[in-house]
Amino acid sequence: MATTIDSPRAPHTVRRSRGVNWEKWGWIYMRASGVVLLILIFGHLFVNLWLGDGIKAIDFAFVGGKWSDPFWQVWDCVMLWLAMIHGGNGMRTIVNDYATRALTRKILLAGILVAVVAEIVLGTLVIFTFDPCPAGSPADLLPSFCPVN
Amino acid sequence: MPNNPAGTMTPRRPAGTLYRGREGMWSWVLHRITGVAIFFFLLVHVLDTAMVRVAPGAYNAVIDTYKNPIMGLGETALVAAIVFHAFNGIRIILIDLWSKGAKYQRVMFWIVIGLWVVTMLGFAPRHLINVFSEVGH
Ligand code: HEM
Ligand code: HEM
Repeated sequence: MATTIDSPRAPHTVRRSRGVNWEKWGWIYMRASGVVLLILIFGHLFVNLWLGDGIKAIDFAFVGGKWSDPFWQVWDCVMLWLAMIHGGNGMRTIVNDYATRALTRKILLAGILVAVVAEIVLGTLVIFTFDPCPAGSPADLLPSFCPVN
Repeated sequence: MPNNPAGTMTPRRPAGTLYRGREGMWSWVLHRITGVAIFFFLLVHVLDTAMVRVAPGAYNAVIDTYKNPIMGLGETALVAAIVFHAFNGIRIILIDLWSKGAKYQRVMFWIVIGLWVVTMLGFAPRHLINVFSEVGH
């Protein structure tokens, strides 16, 4: 491909395709989501790993207690969406940096997209279809507020 | 004396620059590695959490694996990665948006490291005690 180099004094014209500048919005998104994620993830880790007995206390009943409160449902849902899209977009940057063959790049980018979409759908469904007291489960595994207890 | 395989006097390594081999480069390397690590953890984490929709016993079986000492060390490393990525992320945002950001990027890197140490001192001992007091129970 022949490239013509403009004369140094040629008037500067910025050629920009009309329409949404997605790279710019991606850049803004990484920063805006990062600030919010800091609060959401630190909160998540503080409650799940630091308070009380930390990791020792986590079991089905623990999740049942948290997800019967819409506050934590929304918290986790926002964290899921923001983190998956932030991480996926970051991975896209990295693939663009290192994958030199066009086909490898396409396959990796498609893989990231599929993984991010699938996990967001799955995670969102899990949060909002969750039943803290599933019928027929051993009572000692369920939260204390379940009717069987 | 020729000091490289080509037999010329060209130095083996380029001389230092403002970026190469300094805070700017290492913070970028660490930010990248930690970002990838957290991403892969999150992929697994959403799947293990999804076990709550399978059965209470199935979820407990998976989450119990998080309580053994080796995983406990892994979780400590994960939190270390997140805390660095989060604080350094704020540093990146400040470099981009704060008028003095670029000027203070080096100082801010060491502030990030300092905050990281303080946060990990608050987290790691407590978490490791939780994990290791579980051993043998
Ligand atoms: C805790 C709060 C977080 C903050 C403040 C934060 C901040 C940032 C910032 C500012 C960038 C640079 C974007 C750019 O250069 O345009 C970035 C990149 C990235 N982040 Fe995060 N992030 C956070 C959490 C996460 C999480 C949870 C993940 C994974 C799921 C993640 C994965 C990545 C990846 C893979 C990159 C790309 C790195 C690169 O291009 O070298 N981050 N983050
Ligand atoms: C070892 C550290 C971690 C433990 C023990 C842990 C534990 C848990 C638990 C028990 C839940 C169930 C709901 C709840 O408690 O809110 C959950 C959900 C979740 N966690 Fe974590 N977490 C950890 C680290 C992280 C990190 C670093 C991230 C973000 C990058 C994260 C993101 C999420 C998300 C998005 C959900 C919702 C999943 C879904 O929609 O199905 N977690 N986690």
